Amino acid sequence: MITIHHYLILSALLFTLGLLGAVLRKNILIVLMSIEVMMNAINLTFIAVSRYLRVMDGHVVAFFVMAVAAAEAAIGLAIVVSLFRTRQTIKTTDWRMMRG
Amino acid sequence: MVKFLPLIPLLPLAGFLFNAGLALVATRRKKAPAEWLPSLIGCLAPFLSFVLSVGAFWVLRQNPHEPLITGPLFSWFSTSLLSVDFGFLVDPLSSVMILIVTGVGTLIHIYSIGYMKGDQGFARYFSYLNLFLFFMLLLVMGDNLLVLFVGWEGVGLCSYLLIGFWFTDAEKAAAGFKAFVVNRIGDFGFLIGLFLILFAFLSQSQGSENSYLNYSFMENHKEIFAPLATVITLCLFAGATGKSAQIPLYVWLPDAMAGPTPVSALIHAATMVTAGIYMVARLFFLFEMAPVTLSIIGSIGLATALMAALIGLTQYDIKKVLAYSTVSQLGYMFLALGMGAPVAAIFHLMTHAFFKACLFLGAGSVIHALHDQDIRNMGGLFSKMKYTGITFLVATLAIAGIPPLSGFFSKDEILLMTYVNGSPVFYILSVLTAGLTAFYMFRLFVTTFLGKTRHPHPDHIHESSLVMVYPLKILAFLSIVGGLVGLPHVLGGENRIHHWLGYLKEATEVPHQLELRLMVISTVWCLFMSGLAFYLYCCHPGWTKRLKQKGALIYSFIFNKFKIDELYQAVIIKPLLFISTTLLWKGSDQKIVDGILVHGWTKVATVSARLLSLLQTGVLGHYLLFLWGGLIVFLFLAVR
Repeated sequence: MITIHHYLILSALLFTLGLLGAVLRKNILIVLMSIEVMMNAINLTFIAVSRYLRVMDGHVVAFFVMAVAAAEAAIGLAIVVSLFRTRQTIKTTDWRMMRG
Repeated sequence: MVKFLPLIPLLPLAGFLFNAGLALVATRRKKAPAEWLPSLIGCLAPFLSFVLSVGAFWVLRQNPHEPLITGPLFSWFSTSLLSVDFGFLVDPLSSVMILIVTGVGTLIHIYSIGYMKGDQGFARYFSYLNLFLFFMLLLVMGDNLLVLFVGWEGVGLCSYLLIGFWFTDAEKAAAGFKAFVVNRIGDFGFLIGLFLILFAFLSQSQGSENSYLNYSFMENHKEIFAPLATVITLCLFAGATGKSAQIPLYVWLPDAMAGPTPVSALIHAATMVTAGIYMVARLFFLFEMAPVTLSIIGSIGLATALMAALIGLTQYDIKKVLAYSTVSQLGYMFLALGMGAPVAAIFHLMTHAFFKACLFLGAGSVIHALHDQDIRNMGGLFSKMKYTGITFLVATLAIAGIPPLSGFFSKDEILLMTYVNGSPVFYILSVLTAGLTAFYMFRLFVTTFLGKTRHPHPDHIHESSLVMVYPLKILAFLSIVGGLVGLPHVLGGENRIHHWLGYLKEATEVPHQLELRLMVISTVWCLFMSGLAFYLYCCHPGWTKRLKQKGALIYSFIFNKFKIDELYQAVIIKPLLFISTTLLWKGSDQKIVDGILVHGWTKVATVSARLLSLLQTGVLGHYLLFLWGGLIVFLFLAVR
């Protein structure tokens, strides 16, 4: 029997994986992908809890998150492309202009 | 007449405004204006005040017991605790004062036209002079202590402006500065006295009326002061020592000779220095309640008189001798006050105003002719400057106390009161001082006007212009006859000034025999000292040189003014400078306030910002880590 705990543990694992990827990896594409993973982990949580509580709110929020994720991916990729055009690199450590 | 009273001080104020405007325009245009306009306005204003003062005096004479009071011209401020109205009062005491101030003041103004001729700051000079008269008239005419205080501070300001009139000379500017600061020290005491008077009233006020500083109000409720009288009067007297140049605050007056000579005459004869005497006489009902203060006043007055006379014996600067003589004569006046004889003090103040103004203006005339102040370079001027010489001689005789000139009567009255009310030591010392006065004045006269001319260019010396000589003549005339208002009964006079000012203090009855005897003693003594000085300096100049060599140590000690300036320098000014420079400025202000409180905090901010900016690596991952770390911490805190 798969209980809500399984779903939540899986989602926590996925989220941690995504977080680690976003923090540790230097390739900006991987970072974007890791963010996607984190969002999907959250989606999983929403849906699981929604099923568990027998309400539809979680489903609605999951759709919103998907829409936001799609938009974010589009904008993020566009930024990456234009960054790559100016510097010919996609390593995050090469982009340190934000430093004070 | 009462309606015109405010005009007496306001006319000089108008003159001040007009002349100050002229001076400003002149500075703007960098061109001195014509001299007739400032001199006309500058002299007309005090003269009209003088005419009005004579009118006020005339009205007052019809009924001396009804002083002319304008009443509150306007309410200065009014609170539930204290209300002060601005008003003028002319009673016998202030009528004498305004006559002296405006009368002698006008003569000095006229004299200044000649003395200051061609000076760059002609209009400025007259504007200051008029302002001075304005404040002095406020001082003597105000009907309450606060108006007096305004005048009191005002004359201090004007003395600063006038003593440092030639301010491009650093030494002269410093003299003005010194006068101002020393006066401020005295004024501080005066202020404390004022506050104590208020305190005495407020701590036991009962009535609804609260114009506490009004003279008549104070006099009607003087029993309130009984517990505090000594402290209050001592504080007020501290103010008087500043203004009227008594020990320990007399040091500004000799330095004040840096100003133009007519200014010295105005400050030291007619106006400013008389302020302290006037104030004590005005509040005599208060001083009477504090016998301790009176004896202190008497002792300080006598000590000042004696010390200044001793210094006056040794000085070579013609104005310095007169300055110390002023200090000495003021000491006499305080001696009279201390002996409980305010009338004698005011009488001497009046005669002193005449002969000292005459002496100063005469000295000014000499300085104007010679461009030199050192009496060693003078001599033999009598034939060259006849009128100056004669008037100077008259004034010298008057100050020396030779009968029947004015100084004799007033000084004799002080000596008499000292004999009656004081201890024998006081009497002996004051008579001794009178002799010293005669001696140094004749020394001054003989070395300046008699003997051989020692000036390098004797042909250039000429008598001053008429505008300077006429005031001298008038003042010399007044020095001769001024004493007649106080001609004592024993000589067949009426002693009018005693009747006029009798309300200040009941006159003490003195046996005529005694009065005559004392009169003879002092006259013989003064004549002897005058003759001695005449003989020594005219016929045997070598003798004084030998005396100087024999007593070189004492002589140089006195010549250096008892080293009082040096003493003050070492005991007060140096430690004060040390505290302010080293401790307060460089120690407290620069190190603690600036160093720690101001720059210290900026340093803290800079260093902590530098440390915190190490976190800004620019690496995206780090930022994310902080973000999440922070989020987790907050979540923990929220859940807990």
